[in-house]
Amino acid sequence: MMNFSLAPSILPPGLTMPASVGMIPLFAANPFTEPVGVIHYLIVGAVLFTAGIACMTLKRNALGILMGIELVLNGANINFVAFSSSYLRAEGAPTLGLDGQVVALFVILLAAAEAAVALAITLNFYNNHATVDVDRADDLKG
Amino acid sequence: MAEFLIGLGLPGWLAWSIAALVAAVLLLNVIAGGALVFIWAERKIAARIQDRLGPTRTGGRFGWLQSLADGIKLLAKEDLMPEGADGLLFRLAPYVSFCASFCAFIALPFAFDVVGQRLNVGVFFVVAVLGLEVFGVILAGYASASKWSLFGAMREAAQVVSYEVPLGMCVVVPVMLAGTMDLVTIAEKQAGWMSNWYLFHDPFTFVIFWIYVTCAVASVNRAPFDLAEAESELVAGFHTEYSGLRWSFFFMAEYGSMFLVSALAAVLFLGGWNGPVPIAQLVGLSEGTGDSAAYFVRLLGLANLIGKATFGVLLMMWIRWTLPRLRIDQVMTTCLKYCTPIAAVMFAGAMFWQLFLPGGLLPGWSRPAGEIREGWLEGPGGLSATPPPAAVRPAGVAAADPSDSSGLATRSPR
Amino acid sequence: MTGLLDMDISSVTHVIVPALATSLPTLPMAGINWHSVLFLLFAGLACGFAVGVVAADNVVRMALYLVFSLGSTAGLFFLAGAEFLGAMQLMIYVGGTLVLLVFGVMLTAQAPFVSIKPSSSDRTLAAVAGASLLALLLTAAFSVDAWMVPGVGEVPAPSATPLGMALIGVRVDTPPNGSPNGGHVGYMLPFEIVSVHLLVVLVGAAYLARAKRRRTPRAIDAVASAMPVESAVVATAAVTVPGRTAGGAKSALVGGGR
Repeated sequence: MMNFSLAPSILPPGLTMPASVGMIPLFAANPFTEPVGVIHYLIVGAVLFTAGIACMTLKRNALGILMGIELVLNGANINFVAFSSSYLRAEGAPTLGLDGQVVALFVILLAAAEAAVALAITLNFYNNHATVDVDRADDLKG
Repeated sequence: MAEFLIGLGLPGWLAWSIAALVAAVLLLNVIAGGALVFIWAERKIAARIQDRLGPTRTGGRFGWLQSLADGIKLLAKEDLMPEGADGLLFRLAPYVSFCASFCAFIALPFAFDVVGQRLNVGVFFVVAVLGLEVFGVILAGYASASKWSLFGAMREAAQVVSYEVPLGMCVVVPVMLAGTMDLVTIAEKQAGWMSNWYLFHDPFTFVIFWIYVTCAVASVNRAPFDLAEAESELVAGFHTEYSGLRWSFFFMAEYGSMFLVSALAAVLFLGGWNGPVPIAQLVGLSEGTGDSAAYFVRLLGLANLIGKATFGVLLMMWIRWTLPRLRIDQVMTTCLKYCTPIAAVMFAGAMFWQLFLPGGLLPGWSRPAGEIREGWLEGPGGLSATPPPAAVRPAGVAAADPSDSSGLATRSPR
Repeated sequence: MTGLLDMDISSVTHVIVPALATSLPTLPMAGINWHSVLFLLFAGLACGFAVGVVAADNVVRMALYLVFSLGSTAGLFFLAGAEFLGAMQLMIYVGGTLVLLVFGVMLTAQAPFVSIKPSSSDRTLAAVAGASLLALLLTAAFSVDAWMVPGVGEVPAPSATPLGMALIGVRVDTPPNGSPNGGHVGYMLPFEIVSVHLLVVLVGAAYLARAKRRRTPRAIDAVASAMPVESAVVATAAVTVPGRTAGGAKSALVGGGR
């Protein structure tokens, strides 16, 4: 797990870590015995989100870009579920509750709709240009 | 079981992991042992329908050991991979298919509280995981670098995905009648005589059951919907290039899925582990009359459910060897033009029936589906939707009292 | 066998701790919290396969890694107590959207296009953007103290009923502590909007993917390909995914003449 003694040195100047960072027992202790908190889920969500953005930036295949979009949406969903869960908080702490789960549900539905349309467009493009390389989509270039 | 092991003095972490392992191994044996029996049964049934005898040499007159011999042969086969195939995907595909088939058994109850993990969204989970089997098929078709494999895989994927729509609608009807997606509760509510089964609850549910059978057969790619494996058309479809143990994994996944959809039909429509005749109740045994009686009741239920599921599988085999194969456009037509609209109309009918005739046609003939049977289920609302509160759960070593776990003592014979 | 795997989250902690008192307390595994172990497993799989999606060159492998990543995400949802959402993720996202994606990948995975390598300037840009975004997100995540407390709360018996009721506009769950929202709204309107939205998307995708009658041959027909485009198959697939989520809106069999 992350070693927080190094943390201040990797931050840009001007941003400081909160003073209470030293009291995170989760990362200092054995990760197999401590219960997880919201922060663990947020890290996973951040990684997925970043991977999605990198995928969208990096890939030239239109379907690769679509996969990046799916990763981004899932990163956001993980965050929503983390905020809505009462297991990940201390006893009696406020959570988003049901609202977080409902929002994540709508995200899943809308992602499905958007993927269908994006795929139809991609296949049309493929039929017309015999490639899915988005760098070739420059017919309208000035 | 974990509490039992903890009571023996094992540390908690070991007890839980052993309990989980035992559950997983038992479920695996259901698939593997089932596949063994079903392969033999398939060959015998196919033979008899085709007016011949089938295996008669290995293991005596009825060829009992034919499946074992087949298994040994498959293990001993050479491990081939086509030259242009994607190695990782080719090797991965059978396991993906098998894992999807196996994972769905986690939520399937075999008797009251004999379930891998009792999920509140059991039905949803099982149907969702069943739909993941298609990935193994697509991977296999693609990774085999062969035209026939790819065609077979795409057709099967299109078929499975299309039939999930009417399958979902058929599955929603018993959920609506029971008021919960918890499979244990759905089966619990059909306890008693055969008239309590959802199959006989109203004519709409009866029709829905047969639509479910059609969709289930299409979903597991059995004839007459077995375009993907059509021997006469595509060599062997998506598993053309697979041989030996890899092919046997696909096979086990297929028979596992057949058993699963049959067991699901039994739980949803045919009363689950509650027999046509409530033997346990008549004999006087029930969950509450002591530990061994509870185990015996559950054993009876387990045998009952496995019997019903086996009957469903044999029915699928019977259909396979009787009906001719459908073309892909006929398959799609059946799904989109027949199954889906009929399922939708029947769903609406069942909904109105439930609304206007909650007590059934004849008063007293059948219990309304949502009614709570006193003394059988604890508390208002019974077991619907909520597992027993944490206070009732055995809290480890301190409360090692097996006869009181899960509130058994609160139940009284009906 | 009373509840083979009666492992609700609170009983894990209630069982482990007393068990330690009477058995081997000195083992390093004695205090193991299975929930955390499973969380680490699923989180590792999700993150690992997500990075795999970025790193892979072969688009089919990217699709496979994405399937595994999203499947592990469903596991994470189950671990957080959102059972309905986890099943929904498996059924709709993995079993629907990703099947559609894999279909698209199969239909376009001709040999020259399977591995399209990005240029090195693109790679640098992606690395810089990714790293800075990750730093920003992690800083934001670590800036709130309340999120860093280890969770020991109970999962109130996970049930799909409150969610279902919320979707038809009736809120039966208790408002969370300190919820700023005085009004506890139902989600009937968004639910209806999303249903109509899915219907519109269904029709649109079916229209976009229809087999068109052509006077001049398509560019794709000119490319020597090993496999003809199965427009009927993709039309059906593109039609079916929104159809599942729209609750079975009817759709005609789109131009499948072959």
